[in-house]
Amino acid sequence: MSDKIKITIDGVVVEVEPGTTVLNAARQIGGNIVPPAMCYYSKLEESGGKCRTCLVKVSKGSEKDPRPMPKLVASCRTTVMDGMEVQNITSPEVIEARKGVVEMLLINHPLDCPICDQAGECHLQDLGFEHGAAQTRYEFKRRTFERVDIGDKIQLHMNRCILCYRCVFTANQITDNRVHGVLGRGDASEIGTYIQQAVDNDFSGNVIDVCPVGALTDKTFRFKNRVWFTKPVDAHRDCPTCSGNVTLWYKGEEVIRVTARKDQYGEVENFICNTCRFDKKATSDWEIEGPSKVRHTSVISSNHYDTMQPLPVIQQKPALIIANQEQFQKTSKQ
Amino acid sequence: MARKILLEHIQVQNINTFEVYRSKGGYAAVEKAIKTMSPEAVVEEVKKSGLRGRGGAGFPTGMKWSFLAKPDGIPRYLVCNGDESEPGTFKDRFLMTHIPHALIEGMIVASYALGANTSYIYVRGEMMPQIRILEKAIIEAKNAGFLGKNILGSGYDLELYVQPGGGAYICGEETALLESLEGKRGNPRIKPPFPAIAGLYGCPTVVNNVETIAATSWIINHGGDEYAKIGLERSTGTKLISASGNLNKPGVYEIELGLPVEEFIYSDEYCGGIAHGKRLKAVVAGGSSVPILPAKLILKTAADTARLMTYESLSDGGFATGTMLGSGGFIALDEDACIVRNTWNFSRFYHHESCGQCSPCREGTGWMEKILHKIEYGHGTLQDISLLEEINKKIEGNTICPLGDAAAWPVASAIRHFRDEFEWHVNEPMLSQKNNYGLANYGA
Repeated sequence: MSDKIKITIDGVVVEVEPGTTVLNAARQIGGNIVPPAMCYYSKLEESGGKCRTCLVKVSKGSEKDPRPMPKLVASCRTTVMDGMEVQNITSPEVIEARKGVVEMLLINHPLDCPICDQAGECHLQDLGFEHGAAQTRYEFKRRTFERVDIGDKIQLHMNRCILCYRCVFTANQITDNRVHGVLGRGDASEIGTYIQQAVDNDFSGNVIDVCPVGALTDKTFRFKNRVWFTKPVDAHRDCPTCSGNVTLWYKGEEVIRVTARKDQYGEVENFICNTCRFDKKATSDWEIEGPSKVRHTSVISSNHYDTMQPLPVIQQKPALIIANQEQFQKTSKQ
Repeated sequence: MARKILLEHIQVQNINTFEVYRSKGGYAAVEKAIKTMSPEAVVEEVKKSGLRGRGGAGFPTGMKWSFLAKPDGIPRYLVCNGDESEPGTFKDRFLMTHIPHALIEGMIVASYALGANTSYIYVRGEMMPQIRILEKAIIEAKNAGFLGKNILGSGYDLELYVQPGGGAYICGEETALLESLEGKRGNPRIKPPFPAIAGLYGCPTVVNNVETIAATSWIINHGGDEYAKIGLERSTGTKLISASGNLNKPGVYEIELGLPVEEFIYSDEYCGGIAHGKRLKAVVAGGSSVPILPAKLILKTAADTARLMTYESLSDGGFATGTMLGSGGFIALDEDACIVRNTWNFSRFYHHESCGQCSPCREGTGWMEKILHKIEYGHGTLQDISLLEEINKKIEGNTICPLGDAAAWPVASAIRHFRDEFEWHVNEPMLSQKNNYGLANYGA
């Protein structure tokens, strides 16, 4: 197609539709050069731009205006221009900035992964593993909040929240009315319901799925098990309110959790209703499709499937590996 | 006497009333613009004047106006940014209190130039008296036929509204201001799109500072070329400077751009020197967010030429040895001022005012404030100083809006120029609680 535009990310050329963001262009290439995203969610409009983990360097603005952009830009909210050249993992500046962002995200995070239900499928954990320092330099008291029950099925653990606003956009865009939002300002901001109003809506459970950390957790699953001891299985049912396509998480014969299906970036494919999520926990309610695909790098796969497959795309296509390395060497020489 | 443009009639009694303001030649610009000029001609005149945004960034106003998208059938808005809350800056409040009609007149001229039929003046929530003054002025102007339907029989309609803000510093950032004006949480938007394309309610919008708008009426009355003759090179016209700190005569002064900094501090026409006969140690030249400079660098540039009050001269030498004109909040610190305490105070402000939307600013401002508090109270270590520098680098440039930069610059520059004093606080914890570091080698 002629109206596609060309963009180079870390030396790898890709052709995308006009209006695509840099992040989504990188996702079309796949592999290591996809910037991490904590707040961007492709299914939610207006999301993104807040966490700053997806910062990239635009070393050439476009074919028409080749000047580089003066600052690092958030790849999730920057649309591609024809001939744009972007550096992500080949720019030391970007890696440094990302390390800084991860450090900032973690200074007030309780790091209670051993008792957190999100552990194993937590984006912040992955991010911290890849970019975080071994030790904190923050020596002051961390910000703490009381745990709050919002509704009878969801618990809010504000200490772990990174204020990505995803749950706010979810409530805005897929439920009838939003009763929770961000209160306060600066580092005193918190997700909250006004005067402890319950989040009670057919689709409210989706906020659990979109939360990148363990701030919003499923009360029917809390402390039941570690995710890597459970087996994810795709299943569906004929649901009158939602698509009914879910993932069942088995422990032995028992379904202990139901979530929406997630893609390789941890984003929900189809939002599901609360009936499917919280009430249908018997195998007889569902038609089983088979084991879910889990990223081979994920800790969830470690007990069940072949481990340690090579990472996708970049390692598989020799041409991309070479292009990527050349770009890296070019940058590191400068 | 230096030339006065905005404060020409400030000494006239009751200049805040419509009758007196009108008798002194007020609203002549409205008559001239609406009756004899096309909107494009007004924009052209402002372009010729070389007027630059007085809110801090110094972007050429005429250029900003000409960037405004003009699609058919979609309203355009002019929003006046009166959310002045930078520590050290109080010029807009002064203007709104004493000559409210200068702002109203400028708003009518600018709205006409942009083709806006509804314009807003967004005033900070704490300035309730100023809001009442402006509302009274709007009613007076409306009764005289300068506002409302069919102004001066020209067929041009304009409604002007004053909107009180909630009192957040972040709402002075133009996109956060627009969010707040729409009734939402005052979080800055992610740009692009810029307000000139999609601003208030998704329509093309121009956001200008109070002083910028007030200056346009003089430009229309006397011509852009005349305005461009005042000032120096690319810094044309006059600027209101809010002088505060350890000065003999702090207050709001109107200066011609190009005035030497030394003259501004020491001459009797302006600040009249440092209070109590002390010596000057440091100056924050343009409101709390600009880099602080020691006396030797503010009076003379690194190249040993006299530093002038212009956008270019103050930023001469970049961030290594220069600063910025910013919004014109001139804070002078004498030899007894503690730079560490001053920096901590600024940092505390930015921590309090961060909106909490993006992570480097939300977490970083609080972290910096805590470390500075620790150093100020004698518990710091030398690693803390280098840690501060690193946090600065992590915040600067990585945030959605310029508040992250504004929080990082004062700390970075204080460490850059006054590292000795920080180290003294660390090395002499007991002494630093009792004494001040003094002038050391920072004086002129």
